[in-house]
Amino acid sequence: MELLLSSAIGMLTAAGVYLILRRRSFAVVLGMTMLSYAINLFLFSTGRLVVNAPPVLRDGAASYTDPLPQALVLTAIVISFGMTAVVVMMALGAFLEGGDDRVDMPRADRLPADSLSADRMSGDGDA
Amino acid sequence: MSHLIIAPVVLPAVIGPLIILWMRHDLLLQRVFSVAATAALAGVALYLNLLAAGGEVQVYRLGNWAAPFGIVLMLDRLAALMLLLTALLALAVQLYAMGSGWDRKGRHFHALWQFQLMGVCGAFLTGDAFNLFVFFEILLIASYGLMIHGGGEMRLRAGVQYIAYNLAGSTLFLAALGVLYSVTGTLNMADMALRVAAMPAEDTALLRVGAVLLMLVFAIKAALVPLHFWLPSTYANAPGPVAALFAIMTKVGVYGIIRFFTLVFPQDAVTQSVVADLLLPAALFTLAIGQVGILGTRHLGRLAAFAAIGSIGTLMIAVAQFTPQGTSAAVYYLVHSTLAAGALFLVMDMIGARRGDLWLRLDRVMPGNGLVAALYFVAAIAVVGMPPFSGFVGKLLVMQATGGAPAMVWIWAIILITSLVAIYALSRAGTILFWKSFELGLAPAPPAAAAAGPKLEPDEPVQDLGDAPANWLAVASVVLLLSGIVALTAFAGPAMRLAEATAAQLHDPDAYVSAVLEGQEGTK
Repeated sequence: MELLLSSAIGMLTAAGVYLILRRRSFAVVLGMTMLSYAINLFLFSTGRLVVNAPPVLRDGAASYTDPLPQALVLTAIVISFGMTAVVVMMALGAFLEGGDDRVDMPRADRLPADSLSADRMSGDGDA
Repeated sequence: MSHLIIAPVVLPAVIGPLIILWMRHDLLLQRVFSVAATAALAGVALYLNLLAAGGEVQVYRLGNWAAPFGIVLMLDRLAALMLLLTALLALAVQLYAMGSGWDRKGRHFHALWQFQLMGVCGAFLTGDAFNLFVFFEILLIASYGLMIHGGGEMRLRAGVQYIAYNLAGSTLFLAALGVLYSVTGTLNMADMALRVAAMPAEDTALLRVGAVLLMLVFAIKAALVPLHFWLPSTYANAPGPVAALFAIMTKVGVYGIIRFFTLVFPQDAVTQSVVADLLLPAALFTLAIGQVGILGTRHLGRLAAFAAIGSIGTLMIAVAQFTPQGTSAAVYYLVHSTLAAGALFLVMDMIGARRGDLWLRLDRVMPGNGLVAALYFVAAIAVVGMPPFSGFVGKLLVMQATGGAPAMVWIWAIILITSLVAIYALSRAGTILFWKSFELGLAPAPPAAAAAGPKLEPDEPVQDLGDAPANWLAVASVVLLLSGIVALTAFAGPAMRLAEATAAQLHDPDAYVSAVLEGQEGTK
């Protein structure tokens, strides 16, 4: 089980990091989601992996699993869910205003419009 | 135990929703309640400073639960000072936002402002590592809204970048907390400090990983090179007053580093040298890149943003010493650089309001040229650290604190050379903006605001002067911030004694730990 969980966390993280380095906002949002899944699984495992044990101590329970990471994961899920909603709305707004869903800033962010000649603009166009 | 310790969190948390639910359509009511709340916050922060001045660390146990299990809020000198700084900056900048008309360019400005204050104050007060994460998220989610206030293509694009970068930072924060929890089995910072101190040196591999991850998270927030890439576009595209408030947000990252690496991973622990070894080169690069960036940019917002990055570099050089002297210099410079960066962003916004855009290029003379030039002059001197203002005192203290350090030659050389670069860059910008413009003659007078009525183009990157409902208030609030810098210079002696007392308290974490974990009779 340790191998399964750790490889799942590793693969989700790798996929997430690859996706957030893409230039399109859709891929970035997907990457964020994968990263947060990976982190949630990782947080879950910080209380050590225990199978078939109650999280709350009762009479007669021989062992228990740490309940705190489960509470942390719950908080982290809620926060990352909300943040994903915000980033989707923001990406949608940027797409509607700017006409494309690229994540990098255009040259017009760094240079005034009149100093951008036509050929330099085209070099910055759709890729 | 004073219940007012929790007021800096509760007050904005109550006023923010009230503004959304009851005053959504009435800007005047929003303004009155929001300013009153921020002023009350400043009053509470002042009282908390008096409370903390006794030198005793105050603990507020939420729900009266016993310490390692319940969440605690902690009030020491540093937390109280940061609260006061936040409240005063927020008050002045909020007055600017109202005077310049920024707050009516979109809805919910004041509500988001209060939520932002709630997150920042909570982050300064909390004594629980996971609670710190939650407050970070609160301040971030409010800052996302504030950053795109007013809308427009560039602002939204920069906002997407800002969110993406900080979401990645948040996942890193959770990873760091997970690692630390798996090693120490606690999230309470004082309890964590005890367990880290009791850990045998050969078992600290994971602990060091956790500490470095945590440092990376705070370095992202503080915009330390090479994790600073989110800052220039974000601050340059954010509305002027919002960028000025964000001057305190980078300081939250600095606060996190100071807090964790004096309390949980102090000097003698195995982790400490790793962090200091990484932090000092990063701080030097931050300073150099920030100051050279001022020279390289052609956008006034970016110019102020790079100046903010440079000041973080100077600040982190002092922090990276991890000595009481270094920390006290850092505390003094932190207060100064927050006020100076805030003032510079506001002055840049004033220039943008008069010129119609924020590009650094030759244009005709702006209306009110002399006044804006004078304000720019004072803010620029404060930012580069020339006498007679507190930036000079601050830089001197930083250099004094690094006097005996092994890397002293590097530190002094980089501080002095980059100061020269910044002086050149800011005087060049000032010359282009205020003096050479006379070659082109005066700009036409702006159309009378009363006749045209507020035009409120939401997509404009700047708020035009013609739209400003009370320009005198905007000017007065910049003067207020700058007079804070003057006061910090005039009362440098008392301020420095306060900073020294703060540093002494930080470097004696035993008092903090015992305040949390001892004397818990009567708790649940």
